[in-house]
Amino acid sequence: MTPVPDLFPALPEIFLALAAMALLMVGVFQRHDATRMVATLSVLALAVTGGLVLFVEGDATVVTFNGLFVVDGFATFMKLLVLLGSALAIIMSLDFIEREHMARFEYPVLIVLATLGMLMMVSANDLIALYMGLELQSLALYVMAAFRRDTLRSSEAGLKYFVLGALSSGMLLYGASMVYGFTGATGFADLAAQLTAADGASIGLVVGIVFVAAGVAFKISAVPFHMWTPDVYEGAPTPVTAFFAVAPKIAAIAMFVRLLVGPFGELVAQWQQIIIVASILSMALGAFAAIAQNNIKRLMAYSSIGHIGYALVGLAAGTDAGVRGVMVYMAIYLAMNVGTFACILCMRVNGRMVEGIEDLSGLSRTNPMMAVALAIFMFSMAGIPPLAGFFGKLYVFMAAVDAGLYTLAVIGVVTSVVSAFYYLRIVKLMYFDDALEPFDRPIGRGMGVILVGTGLFTLFFFVAPASLVGAASRAAATLFAG
Amino acid sequence: MTNWPILSLITFLPLIGAAFIFVFARGSAEAVARSARWMAFWASLITFVLSLFIWFNFETGTADFQFVEKYAWFPDLGISYHMGVDGISMMFVLLSTALTPICVLASWESIKDRVKEYMIAFLILETLMIGMFCALDYVLFYIFFEGVLIPMFLIIGIWGSGSRRVYAAFKFFLFTLLGSVLMLLALIAMYLQAGTTDLVGTADAPGLLTYGFERDLQMWLWLALFASFAVKIPMWPVHTWLPDAHTEAPTAGSVILAAVLLKMGGYGFLRFSIPMLPEASEAFTPFIYTLSVVAIIYTSLVALAQRDMKKLIAYSSIAHMGFVTIGTFAMTQQAVQGAIFQMLSHGVVSAALFLIVGVVYDRLHTREIDRFGGLANTMPIYAVVFMLFMLASVGLPGTSGFVGEFLILVGVFQVNTWVALLATTGIILGAAYMLWLYRRVIFGRLTKEDLRSMADLSPREIAVFAPLVVLVLWMGIYPSSFLDVMDASVANLIDNYQTALAAADPVDVARR
Repeated sequence: MTPVPDLFPALPEIFLALAAMALLMVGVFQRHDATRMVATLSVLALAVTGGLVLFVEGDATVVTFNGLFVVDGFATFMKLLVLLGSALAIIMSLDFIEREHMARFEYPVLIVLATLGMLMMVSANDLIALYMGLELQSLALYVMAAFRRDTLRSSEAGLKYFVLGALSSGMLLYGASMVYGFTGATGFADLAAQLTAADGASIGLVVGIVFVAAGVAFKISAVPFHMWTPDVYEGAPTPVTAFFAVAPKIAAIAMFVRLLVGPFGELVAQWQQIIIVASILSMALGAFAAIAQNNIKRLMAYSSIGHIGYALVGLAAGTDAGVRGVMVYMAIYLAMNVGTFACILCMRVNGRMVEGIEDLSGLSRTNPMMAVALAIFMFSMAGIPPLAGFFGKLYVFMAAVDAGLYTLAVIGVVTSVVSAFYYLRIVKLMYFDDALEPFDRPIGRGMGVILVGTGLFTLFFFVAPASLVGAASRAAATLFAG
Repeated sequence: MTNWPILSLITFLPLIGAAFIFVFARGSAEAVARSARWMAFWASLITFVLSLFIWFNFETGTADFQFVEKYAWFPDLGISYHMGVDGISMMFVLLSTALTPICVLASWESIKDRVKEYMIAFLILETLMIGMFCALDYVLFYIFFEGVLIPMFLIIGIWGSGSRRVYAAFKFFLFTLLGSVLMLLALIAMYLQAGTTDLVGTADAPGLLTYGFERDLQMWLWLALFASFAVKIPMWPVHTWLPDAHTEAPTAGSVILAAVLLKMGGYGFLRFSIPMLPEASEAFTPFIYTLSVVAIIYTSLVALAQRDMKKLIAYSSIAHMGFVTIGTFAMTQQAVQGAIFQMLSHGVVSAALFLIVGVVYDRLHTREIDRFGGLANTMPIYAVVFMLFMLASVGLPGTSGFVGEFLILVGVFQVNTWVALLATTGIILGAAYMLWLYRRVIFGRLTKEDLRSMADLSPREIAVFAPLVVLVLWMGIYPSSFLDVMDASVANLIDNYQTALAAADPVDVARR
C-alpha cells in the first residue's frame, strides 16, 4: 500500500472541491431561489481559497502526489489572478442573471467548478494532471456558454464551443500521447530530465509538441485557432463572456508557460517559432479584424485575441524576463477586461440589454463617470502611457528585444497602433458624438465598486508598480530555479 | 537654493488643480463653468509664478542639471523618477507654464460646452508638458511624451470646430503614436545595452547621454527616434497631420499645439538624438538638411495658396520648424542657440497668431481669408497687434523672430553655404505669405456688411495679448537674457558631440 500523499500543498484545491459540492447541496435542498445565497457563498469560498493559496506557499517549490502536482511562486501568483477573476465574474453576473431570468443556483457553482479546474491547470506537473484540470474547466465552461438554453444564440454558442473545444482537447491528448510514446514519460520533471540529456528532439516528439501547442492555442484563442472566439463571445450571455475573457485565459496561459519553459524548456528552438508565428498572427488579426466590428462583445473577442498575441510575445522570448512580462501583462489584462465588461454589463436601455458599439454614443453626456472609466480602459488597452496597459506592453517587448526578437517586437508595436484605432473609436463615440437614449440606472453597488476599483488600478498603476512587478519577478524566477 | 522639490511641484500642481475642479466644481451648469474657469486660471497662474522661481534661481554658468530630484520607481529595472532642468529645457518649462494661463483666458468665452472637462483636460496637458521637459529618465520622458496624446485627442475631438474634427483627431493620434512606439523600441534597446534609462547616470555608470553606442546600432536607434520626433516637430513629409489638427482644434488647442507640442520634437532631437547618437546624427545631417530645406520652401509655397487663416499659419509653423531642424543639426554654437531661440520665439509668435485668428473667429465664426478685409477701420488695436506678430513671424529685426532666424543662418552658413542660401529663400517667401495675409484681412476697403459691427479687442483679449507683446519685443531687443541661460548647456552639448565624434573616428576629424 502506498503511503498517503502530502495533502497540504493541495489544500486550496481540496477546499474548493468540497465547497463546490457543498454549495451544490445547499442549492438543491434550498426550497426556492437560492441563487443569491449560493453566489455569495461561492465568492466567500473563492476568497478563502485565495487565503489558502497564500497559506500553503512555502519558500521553495513543493511537489506532491508523486510529482503530479506542484506549488511554486508562479502557481501562487497565477492562482490568485484566476481566483480574483472568477470572484469578480460572479459578483458582476448576479444582477444580470436575476434580471434576465436565468438565475439558477448552478451558475455560481459552475464558475467555482471551472475555477477548480483552472487551479489544477496552473499547478499541473504532469500531462495527465494537466488534462484533468483542463477538462474539468472546459466542461463547466461549455455548460455556461449554453446557460440560456432556451435562446438560439446561447445554445449555438455552447454547441460550437463544445465541438471545437472537444476537438482541441483531442489534439492536445493526441500530442500528449505522442510525447509519451517517444519519451516514455508524462511527468514534467521526467520529461525535462530526458529532454536535456537528448541531443535534439526526435521528429515524433516535435510533432507531439506541435499538437499539444495547438490544443492549448485553442484554449487561449491564439490565431489560427481562434475561430470560435467571436461567435462564442457574442452568443454566450454577457456575464459568461466576461468570465470567459479573463480567468480561463489566465489559467490557460499559465499552463502554457509552465509546459513550454518546464519540460520542453530545452527545446526552445523548436517551439519558439510556433509561438512567434501564433503571436504575430494573433496581434495582426486582433488589430485588423476588430476594426469592422459593430457588436461590442465581438469587438472584445478580437481585442482579447490581440492581447493574447502580446502575452505570447513575452512567452516567445522564453526567458525569465519574458515570463515576468506575461504575468504582469495578464494581471493588467484582468483589470482592464473586468472593468470593460462591467461597463458592457451596464449597457441597458429601458430594461433591455444592448450590445451595439453605436449604443455608446454620447455616453459622456448621459453617464460621465462610466464614460471616463471606459475611456481609461480603452486608452489603457491601446497601450498609451501612463495607463497600466502601457506597462504590460513595455515588459513583454523588453523581454522580446532582449531575446533578439526584433522583428516580432516591431510588428507588435505597429499592430498596437492599428488596434489603437478601434479603441479610439469607442472613445470617439462616447465623447465626440451626440447622445442617444441613456442607459438605465442605477448600475448596482457591486458593479460600481468593480468599475471604480479597476479604473483606479488602471489609472494609477504607474504610481507604485513595484509591488506587482516585484511579485511577478519573484514568481517567474521560481519557474527557472529548478 | 532650497531643497524643495520645486520641479515636481510645478509639474503636478496643474494636476492637483484638475482634481480640484473635478471634485469641487458643482452646482448648476452655469456655476460649474464659472468655477472651473476660475480654478483653472488660478491653478495655471500659480504654476507660472512658481516656475519663475526656477528662472530666478537658475545658475547660468553651468551645464549641469539643476533642481534635481531622484527617487526609485521601478526598482527591478533601475528606472527612477528623475527630474531636473538645464539651460536647454528650462526655457521650455517656462514657455509651457506661461502659455497655459493665456490659453485658459483665451478659452474664457469661446468654450461654452463642457467647460469643466475642457479645463481639466488643459491642466492635465500642462502637467504632461512640463513633466516631459523636466524628465531625466527616458521612460519617464516617454510616459509624459506620449501621455500628451490623450488630452490633446480629446481637446481636438470634443471642442474642435470643424466638420472634420474627428478625422483630424484620429490622424493626430495615430501619426504620433506610430512614431512613438518605434521610439519605445529604441528606448528598450538602449536600456538593454546600457543597463539604465537614466540620462545622466552616476560617477561609475554612465547615463544614456554619454554612454556611446556602437555605430551600427546608433543608426537604427537614430531612425527610430527620428520617426517619433520628426512626426512631432513635424518635418516634411510626415507633417500632414498638423494642418488638419490646427484647423479643427479650438483656438487654445491650436495655441498649445503650435507653441509647445511641436517643440517636443525639437527638444527630443537636442536632448536625445544628438547627444546619445552623435555618429548617427552626423551621418544623417545631410538627410535632415534636405528634408528641412524642402519643408521650408514647399510649405511656404503651400502657405501662399491657403484660404483658411489657421491653415496658413499651420503651414508657416512647419516652415519655421524647418529652420529649427537645420539649426539643431548644424551643431555650431550660434546655430543651436538660434534653434532653441527660434523654438521659443515661435512658441510665442505662433501662439499669438492663432489667438489673433481666434479673435475674429469668435466674432464671425469663419476663418476664410476672403470673408475679411478692411478690418483696420473697425478694429484698430487688433490691427496693431496683428501687425506686430505678423512682422515677428516674418523676422523683422527688433522682434524675437529675427534673432532666431539670424543666429541659425549665421551658424549654418559656416557649415553649409547652400543650405543657408536655400533656407533664406524661405524667409522671403515667409514675408510674402504673411504680408499678403495681412493685406487681405486688415487693409483694403471695408466692403462686407457684417464686418462693420465687429468690436475691437475686449479688455480680456488685451490682457491675453499684452504679455505676448512684451515677450516678443523683449526677446527681440534684449535676447541675451534668454541666450545667456542656454549658453553653457549648448556649449557642453557641442563639446560632447565633437568629443564623441573625435573618439569614434580620429582620422576624419583631423582632416577637417
